[in-house]
Amino acid sequence: MKGKVPEKSLLALSQQEEVVDLLKDYPLSASEDEEDNDGERKHRKLLETIGCLDGKNRQRLAERSEASLQVSEFSVSTEGTGEKLELAELLAPVKPSSSLGTVKNQLKKVRKKKTVELPLSKEENERIHREAAYNKTSQDMDKWDPVVLKNRRAAQLVFPLEQEQVLDAPIEEVLGAWKARTPLEQEVFNLLHKNKQPLTDPLLTPVEKASLKAMSLEEAKQRRAELQKARALQSYYEAKARREKKIKSKKFQKVLKKRKAKEVLRQFEELRKVNPTAALEELEKMEKARMEERMSLKHQNSGKWAKSKAIMAKYDLEARKAMQQQLTKNRELTQKLQAPSDSEHDEDAEEDSALIPDVVNEAQMSINGPNPWMQKNRGVNTQASHIQKKPVAREESEPEEEEKAGAEDDALLQEVEERRSLRKGSEVNQGSQKQGHRTKAPRRTEEDEEVLAELRTLSKHINKKANKMRQDGEQHVSPAPAAPKEPSIQREEQSLLDERPERVQTMEDIETLGMEEVSQEQKQLRPGVKRRWQQQPQRQHNLAEQRSPPKMEQEPMIDLHTIITGKTHKANFGLSVPTIVDEEDCDKEVTQKQIIKEAFAGDDVIADFQKEKREAEKASTPKDIDLSLPGWGQWGGPGLVISARKRRRFLIKAPKAAPRKDKHLPNVVISEKRNIQAVAHQVNVLPFPFTHQNQFEETIKMPVGTTWNTPRAFQKLTAPRVVTKPGHIIEPIKEKDVEPSSSHLGPPTLQRKGQQHAHPRRRRLKKAP
Amino acid sequence: MKVKMLSRNPDHYVRETKLDLQRVPRNYDPALHPFEVPREYTRALNAVKLERVFAKPFLTSLDGHRDGVNCMAKHPKSLSTVLSGACDGEVRIWNLTKRECIRTLQAHEGFVRGICTDFCGTSFFTVGDDKTVKQWKMDGPEYGEEEEPLHTILGKTVYTGIDHHWKKDIFATCGQQVDIWDEQRTSPICSMTWGLDSISSVKFNPIETNILGSCASDRNIVLYDMRQATPLKKVILDMRTNTLCWNPMEAFIFTAANEDYNLYTFDMRSLDEPVKVHMDHVSAVLDVDYSPTGKEFVSASFDKSIRIFPIDRIHSREVYHTKRMQHVISVKWTSDNKYILCGSDEMNIRLWKANASEKLGVLTSREKAALNYNQKLKEKFKYHPQISRIARHRHLPKTIYSQIKEQRIMKEARQRKEMNRIKHSKPGSIPFVPEKKKHIVAVVK
Repeated sequence: MKGKVPEKSLLALSQQEEVVDLLKDYPLSASEDEEDNDGERKHRKLLETIGCLDGKNRQRLAERSEASLQVSEFSVSTEGTGEKLELAELLAPVKPSSSLGTVKNQLKKVRKKKTVELPLSKEENERIHREAAYNKTSQDMDKWDPVVLKNRRAAQLVFPLEQEQVLDAPIEEVLGAWKARTPLEQEVFNLLHKNKQPLTDPLLTPVEKASLKAMSLEEAKQRRAELQKARALQSYYEAKARREKKIKSKKFQKVLKKRKAKEVLRQFEELRKVNPTAALEELEKMEKARMEERMSLKHQNSGKWAKSKAIMAKYDLEARKAMQQQLTKNRELTQKLQAPSDSEHDEDAEEDSALIPDVVNEAQMSINGPNPWMQKNRGVNTQASHIQKKPVAREESEPEEEEKAGAEDDALLQEVEERRSLRKGSEVNQGSQKQGHRTKAPRRTEEDEEVLAELRTLSKHINKKANKMRQDGEQHVSPAPAAPKEPSIQREEQSLLDERPERVQTMEDIETLGMEEVSQEQKQLRPGVKRRWQQQPQRQHNLAEQRSPPKMEQEPMIDLHTIITGKTHKANFGLSVPTIVDEEDCDKEVTQKQIIKEAFAGDDVIADFQKEKREAEKASTPKDIDLSLPGWGQWGGPGLVISARKRRRFLIKAPKAAPRKDKHLPNVVISEKRNIQAVAHQVNVLPFPFTHQNQFEETIKMPVGTTWNTPRAFQKLTAPRVVTKPGHIIEPIKEKDVEPSSSHLGPPTLQRKGQQHAHPRRRRLKKAP
Repeated sequence: MKVKMLSRNPDHYVRETKLDLQRVPRNYDPALHPFEVPREYTRALNAVKLERVFAKPFLTSLDGHRDGVNCMAKHPKSLSTVLSGACDGEVRIWNLTKRECIRTLQAHEGFVRGICTDFCGTSFFTVGDDKTVKQWKMDGPEYGEEEEPLHTILGKTVYTGIDHHWKKDIFATCGQQVDIWDEQRTSPICSMTWGLDSISSVKFNPIETNILGSCASDRNIVLYDMRQATPLKKVILDMRTNTLCWNPMEAFIFTAANEDYNLYTFDMRSLDEPVKVHMDHVSAVLDVDYSPTGKEFVSASFDKSIRIFPIDRIHSREVYHTKRMQHVISVKWTSDNKYILCGSDEMNIRLWKANASEKLGVLTSREKAALNYNQKLKEKFKYHPQISRIARHRHLPKTIYSQIKEQRIMKEARQRKEMNRIKHSKPGSIPFVPEKKKHIVAVVK
């Protein structure tokens, strides 16, 4: 009630705006005067009601009262009629306006509004605080979720998490703290100071600074380009040299050598012109060395050491190398410096070849020569072998005129190369022959003789074979028109192709050849396959002829049975015969049973079971082990047959199996696979994380050890889950370790970045004006 | 005809220097190495047997205290330094490498209730029964100098525990309420209360360093936030929690050591149900400490044993005990994840290997590889009965063994009774309560 009374009295004021304000601000307040008024009125009412209680004395007594009590100064009285005054009525006569509408609404709201609750107790207040705080902190904690999850799932965790970074303090700090004390240190310091070695900030000597300044960016670029060009050129020349070195033509090498010699001579001449004394000295030196060598013959291979090495050379790589070195040395030393005439050069070369014991090179041919990996190591060796490889006949036929002219060199080189390409093929075939020729070289030490004899026989053998091969090849080649100048590789291919002339005749084969690029092996395989295919029909025909009568016999039998038993193949088995007989007997009386039987006639359960049992028995019986190896202790080759004696000897007979448990139980199969000894070691329940036994078996099947895995794989497979460093303190995970992607760490990093960006801008601004 | 010779690249078989290892070519064709599973199984069996053979975890005992060791603290910067406080008010600092006491000081009258080092390792704090908090220098007094604390704070009530902030010069004590102190001031920055009961331990979260956890004797665990200076939430368990420890790698995980023989691992965001209940002890669990890797924790119990639990397992992977070790009051896992220290009633501190069969000292790479391989094999075949049997086998003193048996019987009886009750009552009338929820009485907001 308290609320209503002041409302009314205040409304009387008809100052609506103020009313609203007041109501909002002090909803519970009421002026004291009016309370007094109220009290009086109540008192009066009480009196009236008491008066009314007595029914007879209903008549109202006219009372005197002050007008001000009934008619208020606001000309509205709530007294008298007893009717309640509606707020809306009060407002009704006034013109309906928008402002009043809002007031009405506000008044309605005010009426609906209940009293505001008391302020919360301290405990409840705290509780709300706690809850809010808890929610906030637990939300904060969510940022750790990804980190924790990652660490839990990590295949390997290495602790301490953040590897200690070696903090290198700037050198000025280190030096600043340190002072020279001993005299030695002071001396060193003095020296440093003299050189103006900077100890503090700049870290560069004035000279270094100057040099840095001197070279601008463009210059540096230019210089780099130059260097690049030089490097490219160098590599190009190197490649060229390597290519030239690889060329095996003797003639080409000879020309090359000559050119080089001339170059050297020219240089020497130049030197003589420019600095005659130096040239003279050099000449003298060379001459002296040559003379000494000639006198001593130290580097000939006639010494004791050289002889022993010559023996070893066949087997020992190093000995061979040493010999080669010695020989080259010898050649260098004995050579005269004057421009050698061609004839002399040839002689020299011949001498060289003669000086080298043939064994050395032969060994190389056989062991080292074809080994592509070793080729780079032996410049001289190859040369020597080239000399050997050269056929004698060709050497004779080569015109000497060609060699003379220096200007013609280039043309010559081209020609040589052409010839080389031509010769390539013939060399391959003739190689063995040449070896044979070489072995007959006159100069030879006695020790070599034995080895050489062996080699000779061997080479002859090879020669014969090679000749045969060649003849064969020619025979094959003859039908096909082969170009004589084609390299040998092509010829080889051709010969391969020629091995199967009949196949190509068919259209299909030609088509397939044209259609697809079949590799050589496949091509080789095909004829065989074809042949087989061709043969098969023939064989089949033969077989068919042979077998046809029995087949014909079989077929009607099957037909009969199928008709009788209800058209099944299984009925053919002997075991199912009784059922058939049954059916035949009771053929006339069609009973329910028979119908069922007929229905299930296809599923011959008994036969199936017995077959199963037989198979199980078969599987459980131990088998003999045949250890005989075909080709062991006898000549190998196609059509190999192991003799019965050998087979008998190497056959391990299986022990007789223990009688089966189901031996006397015709209707039961008892599996004997279960090994009681192994049961104790086997897992009989599928462990928890696995959902299927296959998964588990897979994990067990995969071996981990080094026996089955490469070292790298082994390392990966056996990597421990947690790695700790001994003697290192592992500190709790830090805020830093939270990935920056998480939103919580976003703002600070951004701020930092902003700051960093801000500074240069400011600087720029400062610079600009 | 060109004869193709077999040729090998010398790089593949020639050593560059004679100090190089010989290259041993291997053929990994599985046909040449049959029986991989049986062979590895045998190896695994051998490995697991050897592990048991070499399982000698006890390293040394540090004796010197004249009363039970009540509390211990690790040095934050030095692995070899450990501090311990005894029930007679004596504090000792130990050097683990030399296995000797390097300093002794009489810190309090009565118990040393709590000890902790500051985050930089220059000083340490102790609280005792004499209602004081004392700060001491880590280095001993110089010659002629008196052994005196740097600061002494006189309180009104007994402090029962102390812990230092991980990054700032702030520490927290507990007693009647949780007080947070600045190192420089003699009055607390703020004190937080929730109900009136003696709080037995308070611990700072090592990662989110503003969060604290405490446990009081009215069976509750309360979490606080230092920033908001309010408690956050309270969980009431069946029985009193003695202490708790935060996981140093997972910010929201902590484990509470309870009087009801169990340990409870909670996620602080959902306190109504523990993540895991670890149950293996047969008496009250008195202390717990996490390994610095956050993968395991060690617990000390009144049953005279310490156990190591993986955080995601209900049962322990290891139990350590000796004949002479009495009730273990405090336990610590060293910060290099290698050793465990436990202080017990009978005045000794014992040093154990965290991994019982680990070989100490520097290992060669081959040894390491072999160890890793063995570990992998054990893991691979762990489900095989023989291997799991050997790996599981531990010797226990008779008292613990019989108690375990007894408690198992009791538990089974309880379960049986419950099952029977469910069976013989109207379906749905007795709700099924999972094991995890059984021990939680209430969560108070």
